Amino acid sequence: MLTFLRRRALTSLLPLLAVVLGVFVLARLTGNPAALYLPENATAEAREQFSAANGFDKPIWAQLIDYFAGVARLDFGTSLRTGEDAATMALRAFPATLQLAVVTMVLAIAVAIVVGCWAALRPNGLADRVSGMLSMTAASVPDFWLAILGIWVFAIILGVLPTSGVDAGGASWVLPIAVLMVRPAGVLTQVVRGAMISALGSPYVKVARAKGASEGRVVARHALKNAAPPALTVAGDLAVGLINGAVVVESIFGWPGIGKLMIDAILQRDFAVLQAAVALTAISIFVLNIAIDIGYALLDARVRNKAGAAA
Amino acid sequence: MTDIGMKVDGLTVDLHTPRGTVRAVDGVSFTAHRGRTLALLGESGCGKSMTAQAVVGLLEPIAEVTGGSIDIDGEDLLTVSRKRRRQLAGPALSIVFQDALTALNPVVKVGVQLAEPYRIHRKMSAKAARAEAIELMRHVGIPEPESRADSYPHQFSGGMRQRLLIAMAVALSPKVLIADEPTTALDVTVQAQILALLARLRKEHDMAVILITHDLSVVAEEADTVAVMYSGRIVETGPVDQVFEDPRHPYTRGLLESVPVDAERGADLSSIPGSPPDLFSIPPGCPYQARCPLVMDVCRTSRPALVKTGDRAVACHAASASGSEGVSHAA
Repeated sequence: MLTFLRRRALTSLLPLLAVVLGVFVLARLTGNPAALYLPENATAEAREQFSAANGFDKPIWAQLIDYFAGVARLDFGTSLRTGEDAATMALRAFPATLQLAVVTMVLAIAVAIVVGCWAALRPNGLADRVSGMLSMTAASVPDFWLAILGIWVFAIILGVLPTSGVDAGGASWVLPIAVLMVRPAGVLTQVVRGAMISALGSPYVKVARAKGASEGRVVARHALKNAAPPALTVAGDLAVGLINGAVVVESIFGWPGIGKLMIDAILQRDFAVLQAAVALTAISIFVLNIAIDIGYALLDARVRNKAGAAA
Repeated sequence: MTDIGMKVDGLTVDLHTPRGTVRAVDGVSFTAHRGRTLALLGESGCGKSMTAQAVVGLLEPIAEVTGGSIDIDGEDLLTVSRKRRRQLAGPALSIVFQDALTALNPVVKVGVQLAEPYRIHRKMSAKAARAEAIELMRHVGIPEPESRADSYPHQFSGGMRQRLLIAMAVALSPKVLIADEPTTALDVTVQAQILALLARLRKEHDMAVILITHDLSVVAEEADTVAVMYSGRIVETGPVDQVFEDPRHPYTRGLLESVPVDAERGADLSSIPGSPPDLFSIPPGCPYQARCPLVMDVCRTSRPALVKTGDRAVACHAASASGSEGVSHAA
């Protein structure tokens, strides 16, 4: 197991470096921060001073070396906007995103298991067709549109939920989670349904029924455990999408997470913060992928043995 | 005659396909006696596996039992409640499938799978059921059952997996055990061991074994009675030694002649020309008419009934018209 983790961490290092490099390059393509931070009528001297103070006057390769030297010490520099340490800002925003993502995924998975199993028990039955239509719709609706619709209906017309922010306690969570979970719930319902139909049609389910197992036992003890790996794969992808996609929904709902931090950093050419936020997001996605691989091994002994044999 | 384990009468199964409804099993009747083996013999597609699935109540959704009765101890499996049927699944009736790799749940420890019959039907604790499962594994010849109980199916060989599957099926000493091609996926030496195990368990538990197979040598060695199926019907039945010695249906004879006995190297092997009729286009009259060397005019219009003579029965116009000797001669 430890060998496996070490190998995964090492193989993750290269793509991680690519991401860190990519964000550096892309951020520089957005333009010179001096143009944004200084008044329009600032003198050339002032501009040069600003650039020199923040290291933007050095050649790009020198900036890159500085940058990587900093990254190696987990120092992403300081925010142009607040003067605060960029990494600290990213780490402070991260829990809000993580909480949102975890609650959303747990709820989406719960919905998908219940609805997907229900639909799979009688393929093409009424439950299957209704849930199929709903989940396809859910999987296809853009979340930014849904977010605006949600705010309009629940915050403006009905006035039962806050439009944005986190000040209203539990009520603040309702709309962001509802909006974020629609797509994962829809997609996962389809995946669980498909995997369950295939599991329920398999010989080992017939054998379980031949042993006199009740329908509940067949679903819970035999089919679901076999349907889990494909669902886990997709759930992992969706969770990654959730962390990335939080940018949009967090901006709409004013959620103080990493997504909002990133957008703000881009808009203000706050390179250090953007780089720290992207690097943190990338690391969390690599960690998530490793967690999914561990999940596979826990679910299926065949994967476990293969990993053990290869290690 | 020994105790009756199960009596199937006029079992009929229809398949509702997108192309229309076809009859896959057509009025099949047989009796399985405790302590004996009845073989259902036939080519693939003849309805033998469909019959087995109908008996254990595990038909695919497109298949529907449209007639007949399946009687175990005075209870008709086709009319009892679903709950009662589940109660009978295991203690009264059990099945061993062909492919043990897919029939065992890949992600559940074998000890847990083998303990399940005890958990479900005897409401045993997990610990007590596990002890029974280990005992069961030992009984069917799995070495080191205590440690192997925590292994997963893929960690066993094909033969061992089939032993596990059989152990699970006989856990509650069922009155009737259906073995659906239990050795088809195995190599010949393992095949013999599995058949010997089945025979031993049959005697120990006094089970009626229904052996579904296309393998004539398995029938010859293991079965007491044989029912030959063709196009969803039983065309000939009787004690194995008599049927094999003196086959009365031209299909049975064709099957027996296709076994290479004393064949010389390089000599052509005998086979039945053609293939069984498509279920969608079964001709009126006898389904075997297109392949039959003895076909007569009556075969094309009238379906031969299964005519009983002593222990044996045959559904053939030629056999009933001229008697068994005439048929043998004509062949």
